[in-house]
Amino acid sequence: MSTGRAFPFTIDRRLLPPLLITSILIVAHLSFGILETYTRTGLAIVTAIGAELIMGRLTYGKWPHPASAYISGISVGILVRSPFLWPYFLCSLISIVCKYVLRLNGRHLWNPSNFGVCALLFLAPQTVTLLSIQWGNYIWPMLVIWLLGFAIVWRVGRLHISASYVVAFVVFAFARSALTGVPWQAALAPITGPMYQLFIFFMVTDPKTTVGPRWAQVAVVVVVALVEMLFRLAEIIYAPMYALFLVGPCALLLERWLQMRTARVMRLSSIG
Amino acid sequence: MFTRERAFQLLWTIVLIVSLTAVVALNRRSAPTAAMTAASGGEARHGFRLEESAARAGVTFVHQGPTFDAQLEPIMPQVAAMGASVAVADFDRDGWQDFYVTNSAEGSLNRLYRNNGDGSFADVAAAVGLADVNQAGTGVSMGAVWGDFDNDGDEDLFLYKYGRPELFRNDGGRAFVRVSERAGLPRWVNANAAIWWDYDGDGRLDLLLAGYWPEHLDLWHLQTTRIMPASFEYAENGGRKYVFHNRGDGTFEETSAALGIQSRRWTLAAAAADLSGSGYPDLFLANDYGISELFINQGGKKFVEAGRESGVGRTPKSGMNASFGDIFNDGRLSIYKTNISEPGVLVQANDLWVPKVRAAGTGVVEYENLASALGLDLGGWSWGAQFGDLNNDGALDVYLVNGYVSAGERTSYWYDFSQIAVGHSRIIGDARNWPPMRGRSLSGYQRKRMWVNDGAGRFVEVAQEVGARDTYDGRAIALADLSNRGTLDVLVANQRGPFLIYRNAVSAGRHWIAFALEGTVSNRSAIGARVEVQWAGRRQVQEVSGGSGFSAQNDRRLHYGLGATSLVDRVLIRWPSGRSQVIDRPAIDRLHQVKEPQ
Repeated sequence: MSTGRAFPFTIDRRLLPPLLITSILIVAHLSFGILETYTRTGLAIVTAIGAELIMGRLTYGKWPHPASAYISGISVGILVRSPFLWPYFLCSLISIVCKYVLRLNGRHLWNPSNFGVCALLFLAPQTVTLLSIQWGNYIWPMLVIWLLGFAIVWRVGRLHISASYVVAFVVFAFARSALTGVPWQAALAPITGPMYQLFIFFMVTDPKTTVGPRWAQVAVVVVVALVEMLFRLAEIIYAPMYALFLVGPCALLLERWLQMRTARVMRLSSIG
Repeated sequence: MFTRERAFQLLWTIVLIVSLTAVVALNRRSAPTAAMTAASGGEARHGFRLEESAARAGVTFVHQGPTFDAQLEPIMPQVAAMGASVAVADFDRDGWQDFYVTNSAEGSLNRLYRNNGDGSFADVAAAVGLADVNQAGTGVSMGAVWGDFDNDGDEDLFLYKYGRPELFRNDGGRAFVRVSERAGLPRWVNANAAIWWDYDGDGRLDLLLAGYWPEHLDLWHLQTTRIMPASFEYAENGGRKYVFHNRGDGTFEETSAALGIQSRRWTLAAAAADLSGSGYPDLFLANDYGISELFINQGGKKFVEAGRESGVGRTPKSGMNASFGDIFNDGRLSIYKTNISEPGVLVQANDLWVPKVRAAGTGVVEYENLASALGLDLGGWSWGAQFGDLNNDGALDVYLVNGYVSAGERTSYWYDFSQIAVGHSRIIGDARNWPPMRGRSLSGYQRKRMWVNDGAGRFVEVAQEVGARDTYDGRAIALADLSNRGTLDVLVANQRGPFLIYRNAVSAGRHWIAFALEGTVSNRSAIGARVEVQWAGRRQVQEVSGGSGFSAQNDRRLHYGLGATSLVDRVLIRWPSGRSQVIDRPAIDRLHQVKEPQ
């Protein structure tokens, strides 16, 4: 398969995001002990991979590559915060199942872990929240994660998506600060946290749930950031998750509708 | 055509629906019962009933908060959110438990409520010299602990503040003499926790004082606004810890560095007990904005920090309470540490650290967090909590107070708080960057929690049923038998709110036994003495404490509920000096005065 841009060594591109997210998890845990126990993250990962393998094999008759499920599972393991075990199991399961159920023309509509965590936040607000703190307070680990993240999204050809989102977030943060009177530093603060690292490098860039043209990909993440700003003005805490939950599938549906309309027009013109 | 793919898609749809339904069902089952009935019948079901009676008892104290430098004005309600405390002792040795409550406005007066023995109390703080301790320029009170540091038989008082710490010597219960300078206390410490303990077993009470804000800060005259924690969960820019070793001549020597107790975490609660079985007290610190610390005592000469190794110091949270209880009646002391839980925003959940196994040769006990398994995890923005057998059934229950800032009703600062909490240290560390609160609440008007232990590892939340229905911003809680009836009453100090006394009425037929210890070779307050009561095949261990919970100190007499049992087989006492004492078949339903054998 293609290995994309030239690197001194070659590696299956599908393994880069899992490697990045695993590195982030290991560094964060060894440095700051972000995982209360390994059990919860392990449960989330095992559930996601297990569900993916079983469902892929039964549905399509072949074993799916586990990289995507691994990312979903580890994202759930890092993002979900709950004193109970069941949210980790059910969130991972829902994340994977939604890929097989909520589909349009062979593509799933939602980023799996985005769907899973939003489902839990909607349905279990008493017992589930998301990672909402820093990983330490040191500038260097944060810079390393950002640089590594940007290098890998560049490697897999998604840098424009992540970068566009960051720029849009910063612009809208200053707009929010001007509108609400909240210090601009506070408005910017969320993007310095680890939830955004996962969001920017793994969720908005998900190839399966982003539209085709590069300009459209940029437009979609700007709209995600815009909707997020509106949610933030309404003081909705998990605004980026909900914004992607709404905008992502709408963009895919719009793209599909435009494709069908173009095909119909071409079909009619060819008949004519 | 109904293909294999379609068939499985149908199956996965069912799985998705079932999973989503399971989320809803499990959330309902796991969450605390929000709409607990306030109907009567609590006493019949749970064996006790609480009735708030502070005003009737003559206690009309309302706590006032401090007002710091104007630069902090936009977030004043949250930075000036502590100071309500309660410490129980029989300061005049008349056999009735009295209590001291702190006030925190500049110029406000603290109160010492003397127990009249008839259900009423009289404030004698001014008369004995313990009232006017919040004068401008000296800081304001955050808490106090009683302990007989000079072994003269009456309880002295240590007062910790955001400001100048004070030691008052008790002269026969008639007057308190300020001896801070002679004792050698530092000029200024911004502390929220202190305990009396005899860490080296020399028979003299030492003092631990734990800073919260850095000690160089005068919160009324700030040179900079870069004073906030450098991180919401990894901050190490708080106040230092002090250990004052009692020389026995009225002076103290600061020994924290020599002992290895060095930390700049933001400590909110401290408690000491012999957790490692060495015969010396170990130290647990519940830290805000970070991990807890567990200092294991090495024969009174050194401490080794074993938070990570033991498990209690691995996950950073917002620690606000430290208390110990033998909840399984098996001689093991569990540690209860409270944190923040706000539905939909931040579910840190409280920790109940239950000792598991001892790592070979290290003296370090390994702990596992069973708070969720036992149902003691979700308590809102939790503050002080104490273990005590409130229904005298023979198993320790838990009372917890909560609530941070109750300001505008149906308003919330949580969104802004969540924005700044994730910020990098350069953002979160500067008070100027914090969004203004503008009269909004932050986890305000919360229901209190009263968990009854059924003795089999299950806790049932009954606060509303038994009558604990206030929604003030609770801070400190202390348990004390105010009427010498063998029941634990509940004293609650609320931030910027009225002081509450919940009188406890226990159902008939439930027995009890209690012990008032006095050291002779050991420190006279007997702090650190360990008492094991054995009855009906059960055994329960308690230790005399020099301060526990959050800014609180319980009645130091040890109280044991016995249920329907009418016979106690044996009582084992291990004094801090190392001496042991056995009392066979002591009479029940009475308080035993026990003096350490010479």
